[in-house]
Amino acid sequence: MPEIALEVRNIIAGYVPDLPILRGVSIKVKSGSLNVVIGPNGAGKSTLIKAIVGLVSISEGHVLLRGKEMYGIKPHLIASYGISYVPQIDNIFRTLTVRQNLELALRSSGKNANKRLTELLEKFPILSGKLKEKAGALSGGQRQFLAVAMALSTYPDIILMDEPSAGLAPKAAQEILEMLRDLTNSGVSILLIEQNVNQALRLADYCYILAEGRNQVDGKASELLNNSIVGEIYLGGKRLRAGA
Amino acid sequence: MIQHLLDGILVGSILSLGAIGLTMVMHILRFANFSHAELLSIGAYVALVFDKMFKVTMPLMANEIGPLSMTWALILSIIVSMVFTAASAVLFDRLVFRRVREKGEELSMVFASFGLSLIVRNLIGLIFGLSTKLYSKDIVFATVLSRDPLLVVKLDQLATFTITLVLMLVIHIVLSRTTFGYSLRAVGENPELAQVNGINLQRTLIVVWIIGGGLAAVAGVFYGLNNQINPMIGRDLVLPVFAATIVGGIGSVYGALLGGIIVGLASNLALSILPSGYSPSVPFIIILAVLLIRPNGLFGEARA
Amino acid sequence: MIGILSYIVFFTTVASILAIAVLGLNLQWGNTGLFNGGVVAFFGAGAYGTLLLGGTPQPDHIAGFELFYPIALIGGMAVAGILAWLVGILTLKMRHDYLAISTFGVAVAFENLMRNAEWLGGGAKGLRGFERPFRESLGDGFLYNLIFLIVVLLCLLGTYRFLETLVSSPFGRQLRAIREDEKAARSLGKSPARIRLTAFVTGSVIMGLAGGLYGTFYAFVSPQDVLPTLTFQIWAMLIVGGAGNNKGAVLGAFLIWAAWTFSGWALSRFAPVEAQLYTGSIQYVLIGLVIVTMLLWRPQGLLPERLVVSQSGLS
Repeated sequence: MPEIALEVRNIIAGYVPDLPILRGVSIKVKSGSLNVVIGPNGAGKSTLIKAIVGLVSISEGHVLLRGKEMYGIKPHLIASYGISYVPQIDNIFRTLTVRQNLELALRSSGKNANKRLTELLEKFPILSGKLKEKAGALSGGQRQFLAVAMALSTYPDIILMDEPSAGLAPKAAQEILEMLRDLTNSGVSILLIEQNVNQALRLADYCYILAEGRNQVDGKASELLNNSIVGEIYLGGKRLRAGA
Repeated sequence: MIQHLLDGILVGSILSLGAIGLTMVMHILRFANFSHAELLSIGAYVALVFDKMFKVTMPLMANEIGPLSMTWALILSIIVSMVFTAASAVLFDRLVFRRVREKGEELSMVFASFGLSLIVRNLIGLIFGLSTKLYSKDIVFATVLSRDPLLVVKLDQLATFTITLVLMLVIHIVLSRTTFGYSLRAVGENPELAQVNGINLQRTLIVVWIIGGGLAAVAGVFYGLNNQINPMIGRDLVLPVFAATIVGGIGSVYGALLGGIIVGLASNLALSILPSGYSPSVPFIIILAVLLIRPNGLFGEARA
Repeated sequence: MIGILSYIVFFTTVASILAIAVLGLNLQWGNTGLFNGGVVAFFGAGAYGTLLLGGTPQPDHIAGFELFYPIALIGGMAVAGILAWLVGILTLKMRHDYLAISTFGVAVAFENLMRNAEWLGGGAKGLRGFERPFRESLGDGFLYNLIFLIVVLLCLLGTYRFLETLVSSPFGRQLRAIREDEKAARSLGKSPARIRLTAFVTGSVIMGLAGGLYGTFYAFVSPQDVLPTLTFQIWAMLIVGGAGNNKGAVLGAFLIWAAWTFSGWALSRFAPVEAQLYTGSIQYVLIGLVIVTMLLWRPQGLLPERLVVSQSGLS
């Protein structure tokens, strides 16, 4: 596994060609590290992740997966290269049952599908009792666990998550973040968007701060946690002035 | 009254087959495909051509199956027609709809479908002539199910209904028990999430067109078998098939199944109240009723 | 000579009437992004409405109020407007393909109703008993047709002017905003549904005007005049001319009408006798090809929409 699992170089991207949301963002994700992206609303954090997985078009710049250029590759193929993505909302299929959701995610696992399903259910015991229920009938927290389970089902090297702890009780949020921390110990690289900044920074290795579609500050998570200015601005909830 | 119910279910099952492909396309591509009904017409005519061909080249196949007027040749022709019609559906998408989408004009797909339906319908008329045709010139006698109340049914109708039920069962099994079926439903519910989970959107779309086209072919042949074959099949079935998708809820295959039966029943029951000249308006009234009472249909959901 | 002149007057009259309908459609589709799949229903409502209100009483159907002509015409437009309002209330808040299907259904039902309800519109025989206004004083000849053409052209000009003013007004901006992005439009504080309804009804009233003039011109209307064909023709006119551009709408009307009448004439003149039955089919294939090829080759039409520069500061 190369040192830099995922790199984003100066990308300009948006939903509509003339209206870029990202105006030159760069990110480096080291193998086996837990990285967090934080910033005010509208900073482009979700757009960044969507651009990486091919759901938003990039007009300039590069996305490199293990050094390989990802430009022009369709989302479903990018998914097959070992990247998993968990959106913030609508991250499970409500009309399918829990089991069907998992089986769908395990489609590409072939013969290993059954084994992996058992392993997933061991990791997420809360789901084993609910296999026959429609995913839409689960509680918010249970849905989130299902979404994470689906992402993990393909044993990805790189996981991108948009606010995985959103809407979760603090204990459940901690559980998920710790699960992700554990994964990095086995070499998985993780990039998270989080509003739950305190919790995330305590467990993360590195942190990027985005605003107005651009990089603002980045550094080791522990340093940013102790940096009083950053603390005032983001951890206290104050907003950064426009322009940078 | 019960006779109307019987006829209604029969007609309805044909509409159901036609509606399944339409509801999937409408849900995934978000456009009302006015040319879908022409696939039924294509299906009917292609089967006619091959039926005649098989009867001539393989006289044994011209034997009727039991008491039905259907021949083995026709069964084979239906299969050929399914392939041909499915291919046509994919071709239409490749030639017209995809190009319109790529130009960024999603909304224009509806016009394109209007234009396409005009072309297909009238080309069929030009090629095959405007007169009505039949698969078999034999007169089919109706079987009397009961004398009082008088209930008659043609065995052909029973056969078509049975085949339709079998097809519906197959579809149900695929959708509820195979990962392929899950992937179809997933794409319908959330195309982005589906792609992120490794589902090839383009390929799924082609499969949807193939299934829709194949089922439309069967529906077209059955319609031709139970009524007659003429170039206006598409024009006559556009509104009823749309009504079936709206009643059932756009995007729901089960909704399309049920919706077709409901539209068929309602249309036939209406015939006992209204003068027959008004029957083309009944699907429209049904659509209005659905919009007033339950706009998303039976099983439809407002799409994210 | 008079013959050719006469024909030109005739052609221009019909093309101008259709152009008015295309302008109405442009307001709905070009400016607001609303898909009206049943243009002919509103056109027909105007025609039947005008003739019923302005015609003499007939034994087999209702109305025949012999109203003063301009009132009858406005009445016809009102009928179209009411029909549009009813359809719009039900369908405009749904996804756009529901509107397409519903309006298409309205047109099917309208033709079906007019064909069967003899008490309403004379049934398949059509509506008689309407006298072209001022016929007694002006006679039935070339002079009348010329004056009628001038009246139609004035209506066309008036409609064009009205729509151009509308497009550059704040209301026009709202329409464009809704067409592009509904969420942004909602943030402007206006109710998109209400604005859409207004645009839809206004466009349909304009179609009703066209229908009323059409019925007046022939002093007769029948279910044959309200077939889906007319919807396709008017759509083709807008697509060819340029959706979103009023000049384009008028241009498209004249071009397509010329192509239609020319192809009709050429087919009946040069096609062999056995093929005469199929001239209609050939024309339909041609119009279908026109629609599809325009959408693939130049979807914005011959005269694309001019971008109206907004002064409101919204970028």
